[in-house]
Amino acid sequence: MGDMLKPAALAGRFPGLAQRVHDAPLAYLDNAASTHMPREVIDAMQAYEERSRANIHRGVHTLSQRSTDAFEQARARLKTFLGADASHELVFTSGTTESLNLVAHGLSDGGLGEALLRPGDEIVVSLLEHHANLVPWQLAARRSGARLLLLRPDAQGRLHAADLARLLGPRTRVFALTAGANATGERPPYEELLALAAEAGALTVLDAAQAMSHEIPVLAQLSCDFLAFSGHKMYGPMGIGGLAGRRAALERLTPLRLGGDMVESVSETAPVFAGLPARLEGGTPNVAGAVGLAAAADFVDAVGRERIDAHVRSLRAHAAAGLSALDGITVLSPHAERSAIVSFVARDAHPHDLGTLLDAHGIAVRTGHHCAQPLLDALGTGPTTRASFAVYNSHEEAERLVDAVASALEILR
Amino acid sequence: MNDVADDLYQEVVLEHKRAPRHFGQLAEATHEAQGRNPQCGDQVRVQLRVHDGKVEDIGFSGQGCAICIASTSLMTEAVLGRETGTACALQQRFRDVLTGQVDPEEASLGKLVSLAGVRRYPSRIKCALLGWHALMHALQQQGEATTEEPKP
Repeated sequence: MGDMLKPAALAGRFPGLAQRVHDAPLAYLDNAASTHMPREVIDAMQAYEERSRANIHRGVHTLSQRSTDAFEQARARLKTFLGADASHELVFTSGTTESLNLVAHGLSDGGLGEALLRPGDEIVVSLLEHHANLVPWQLAARRSGARLLLLRPDAQGRLHAADLARLLGPRTRVFALTAGANATGERPPYEELLALAAEAGALTVLDAAQAMSHEIPVLAQLSCDFLAFSGHKMYGPMGIGGLAGRRAALERLTPLRLGGDMVESVSETAPVFAGLPARLEGGTPNVAGAVGLAAAADFVDAVGRERIDAHVRSLRAHAAAGLSALDGITVLSPHAERSAIVSFVARDAHPHDLGTLLDAHGIAVRTGHHCAQPLLDALGTGPTTRASFAVYNSHEEAERLVDAVASALEILR
Repeated sequence: MNDVADDLYQEVVLEHKRAPRHFGQLAEATHEAQGRNPQCGDQVRVQLRVHDGKVEDIGFSGQGCAICIASTSLMTEAVLGRETGTACALQQRFRDVLTGQVDPEEASLGKLVSLAGVRRYPSRIKCALLGWHALMHALQQQGEATTEEPKP
């Protein structure tokens, strides 16, 4: 299998990868948790801190203006990156978790008026979700008196439009779905599922955390009201992310962070909230993070979205084929071709032990429930070992993974 | 690589992982408790039959990694027939070794010393202590089955 990219050259641009672990070259295969940052992202953040650092908005001095410009340019860059059109807006958050909390809270807390979600309404959430796209909806249902309905996967971990159609009804207000299941690597047909839910009158929420490193959704082509993502899973910094979506939908959210910068005016007894995006961005934002996030978007487009996607898919296929050939290994969602994640279980070998033994070969993977306990319970697999690929990984590393798993199994069995 | 195998996966450990001792439900338990590791879902239930302050019988069930299962299995061997106070003291010494407060050579751990390497892997310490937490929890509580034992 030939590499679609020149991963060795690319990896040289990622200072965090140029190290040895347990006397072996680091093979960083934990990208679904956090990717590494290329030099240009680190440089962009440092340049901002050295030249433009100041609080944004309302400052009349030069640095405040530079900082405000940098923040707003980052917003514009990210909107373009996500294929937003004039009907869309993007607010910066600390990441996917905050974005999803903002939506679930904002639809179930009345704030100054009445909440969108009412008793007897229905929220549909897929069972492929990370806890960050499940727990906020569990609480939103309790807060509002709405019912939480689960779109269950089949035994192979796939979601089906016909199952969703059966759950949708006149009381469906929200449908929340992942663009890529972090625990299994499943890539649901989210375009079709979101469209179906929107047709039924639901607001649609897409958790794009796993998609942003290789298969970037295009907002203008999706029936998507809210799209949540994180910087640190797309070659950008930690502590920054966004909630993008339709302005009309974002305007229905009760703000989660109340305070400075998000009000039009405040009397002694009540505020008047500002317009978008400020109303959802209370407090001083992570400006350097937003700058780094925009630089990460530039990096992805400079390398090429399609090339990155083809590369990580081929690595996933390589690893899945190699692992499946080992005795007693079951790869989850083996059919998932559009995925950067290979998650597997091994007979008589616990993921924690595999993870430790792989680390001894310099191979970083993640083990456990991957914050998706109900999914793994439903699939009956229990905890898994997960390798996830990014632009800088190579087929040689996929091969090292397979070999190291084989050798760990020999020790443990 | 061999370092890790030597440190963590010594033959004693692997042998207990493959064939855990006292594995299964215990009849007429006087004390029991469950330990859970929420990160990975590992769970171990420890059951005891305590009489006159002594561990007359012990059993465990559940699922976990090699370190967790081997540690719990070795624990059952170490505390069977011992006074509950002795079991608690052993738990304390084992814990002190894993958290780096006492050298393994000074702790009189017996076969448990084969798990001393875990202290060099901070993310795995809770694996080795899960069964012991359940043991302590069981001894500190009234048994679910009968209530004849006072708290130690």
